[in-house]
Amino acid sequence: MTSATLLFLVIGLGLMAWFFGRLKAAGLQARDANARSVLHSLPNYHGWYVALWAILPAVLFMTVWSFVSPALITDAALTSPAAAQLPQDGFARAAILSEARAIAYGNQVNAFNPLSQSMVEPYRDAIAHYQMIGAIAALLLVFACGAYAWLKIKPDLRARTKIERVTMLLLLLASLIAIITTVGIFLSLVFETARFFSMVSPIDFLFGTEWNPKAVAGPRGETGFGAIPLFWGTIFIGAIIAMIVAIPLGLMSAVYLTQYAPAKFRSWMKPILEVLAGVPTVVYGYFAALTVAPALRDFAVSIGISNASSESALAAGIVMGIMIIPFVSSMADDSIAAVPSAMRDGSLAMGATQSETIKKVLIPAALPGVVGGVLLAVSRAIGETMIVVMAAGLAANMTANPFASVTTVTAQIVQLLTGDQEFDSPKTLAAFALGLVLFIVTLLLNLIALRVVKKYREAYE
Amino acid sequence: MHEDQKTLEPSESVNMTDAATPAKTSESATPKMTARHVDVFYGDKQAINDVSIDVNMDSVTAFIGPSGCGKSTFLRCMNRMNDTIPIARVNGEIKLEGEDIYASKMDVVQLRARVGMVFQKPNPFPKSIYDNIAYGPRIHGLATGKEDLDEIVESSLQRAGLWGEVKDRLQDSGTALSGGQQQRLCIARAIAVDPEVILMDEPCSALDPIATAKIEELIHELRGKYAIVIVTHNMQQAARVSQKTAFFHLGTLVEYGDTTDIFTNPREEKTRDYITGRYG
Repeated sequence: MTSATLLFLVIGLGLMAWFFGRLKAAGLQARDANARSVLHSLPNYHGWYVALWAILPAVLFMTVWSFVSPALITDAALTSPAAAQLPQDGFARAAILSEARAIAYGNQVNAFNPLSQSMVEPYRDAIAHYQMIGAIAALLLVFACGAYAWLKIKPDLRARTKIERVTMLLLLLASLIAIITTVGIFLSLVFETARFFSMVSPIDFLFGTEWNPKAVAGPRGETGFGAIPLFWGTIFIGAIIAMIVAIPLGLMSAVYLTQYAPAKFRSWMKPILEVLAGVPTVVYGYFAALTVAPALRDFAVSIGISNASSESALAAGIVMGIMIIPFVSSMADDSIAAVPSAMRDGSLAMGATQSETIKKVLIPAALPGVVGGVLLAVSRAIGETMIVVMAAGLAANMTANPFASVTTVTAQIVQLLTGDQEFDSPKTLAAFALGLVLFIVTLLLNLIALRVVKKYREAYE
Repeated sequence: MHEDQKTLEPSESVNMTDAATPAKTSESATPKMTARHVDVFYGDKQAINDVSIDVNMDSVTAFIGPSGCGKSTFLRCMNRMNDTIPIARVNGEIKLEGEDIYASKMDVVQLRARVGMVFQKPNPFPKSIYDNIAYGPRIHGLATGKEDLDEIVESSLQRAGLWGEVKDRLQDSGTALSGGQQQRLCIARAIAVDPEVILMDEPCSALDPIATAKIEELIHELRGKYAIVIVTHNMQQAARVSQKTAFFHLGTLVEYGDTTDIFTNPREEKTRDYITGRYG
């Protein structure tokens, strides 16, 4: 019996348990119906009570079993006579065992190594054996726990309270999954980064100015893992060029939309801007690489910059800025709209014109919210990958020349982790260190931005 | 909507006779502001129906009436703050010293510099006390230099009775003051551009009794220097601070006259019912 079949069987039995639980509760209610309802909870809750008792322990057991049983199966297979012929060498042994296991599970048809073929039978036996044990135990649990719960049904059983507690726990679990996953990602980054730093000094990595990752150290011990050029490239594109484009345009469009646009135009324009935020970044990447970058190179050549590259920080930065505009605009829009209309009226009643009111009252009052929005936009921009991979190039230059090719943290992570890699070389592990730095920086930016925005909201409530 | 119109009709007839003879109340020289046959619509809904009224320089005019009677709406027409509401439409004629404020050659910016406004909830800008007062003089270019501006700020705060309390902390944020101080700051801010008329839209409704008393005292002191129109819910307040009172009901002006007459000897039964607390 496979685990999927078993799961369906358990759930089916659980539904039956629901039915019997409900039946019993309904019976109790019917018998004493002349008095005020004697059941603490409605029959349905009793049904769920029994069903959950029947299903949850069994599912829990099956989950644990699926982690425990592979080790037991391997142990059992190794006690078979065929195992005696296995080589003692750990690596070859593991290869044969995994091949045999794959065949036994039906994931692979033919054995590459004849020794594996001899191990298939012992494996099959062990798998069948332990699956049977698991299934029987699970079914026993269903019946035992179901029966226990069924027997507990009495008029004063607080089934509703218990069901509600279980529901709350489920909801809690759902909300924790995202957080736990993030913590898991963070931990895996930390561990891989620690391995990387055992090979390359953190000082060299964080403050070195030469990025030229090699698997082995050069003659003078230089490793080429100085990440400063990458940090600079990331800041240059994401926080400087992109923001020079996005902040004024986003802010101005927000001012227009909130203050000047006729309601009808606004009701069209806002959704369109928000749709732009949903364009896949790879599309912006095409645009940057195929349209903007060549045009900028031609422009640079025409004004006499001879070494202009076809991949430039400017192209990536401009397109990234355009990508961020809807984001900045909608945050600024919200902040300006949140300024109480009393402020605006106060200024207008003083005889200020609309533009004076916007410049001197609305924007200063909305500034904290706008700043928060910009910080969020920066954290998005520096984490952005596709545009820089396609348009900024891969040369780790430390330059302030916007027509030169630069590279960013994300582009290098892609570079380091695509294709074949060995996970014990510093070259691959460097990607995790870069990822960790990026993760921490964007996390901090988000944290600060959310605080600023929150504080700002409180100021007007 | 139609029901509203119908209920307006009886009082309208009362109003017509009254509104046609505003001269009855003008014992002083030419009125500062005059309104004739003003209607205000919000979309299809009529909020003000044929109101005519004069506002004099030497007296404080109070607008009283139950909630939703249109007194605030009418007040906002007097410096065209209703322009900020796209669906609002004003018919009729409102004049400031003989100039039609709704004429196309009237610059609304100039108008609002001459007719200032204080709002229901204190609304200082999130700037320093100094910058709050200096805001108007700066945008209108009233000060010739730093000393000049300092002087305007000081005299405005003095007139608003706030100077003593804030002179040592002019750089603190205006929003850090207490509610009553904020409202006096807003009055000082309005005074700073040297207006001719100050409109006050329930200026004390968000304040405690002590702060209210201070504002009322201030209104007394400002009387004569500016034409003051105050909208209030509080009839005692109208009786205390004003010399003229206008009673609004359901968008019409029911009665307008000397405050003492309105409160002791009203001509209209509706007015009597309202001030004796029968409704509203």
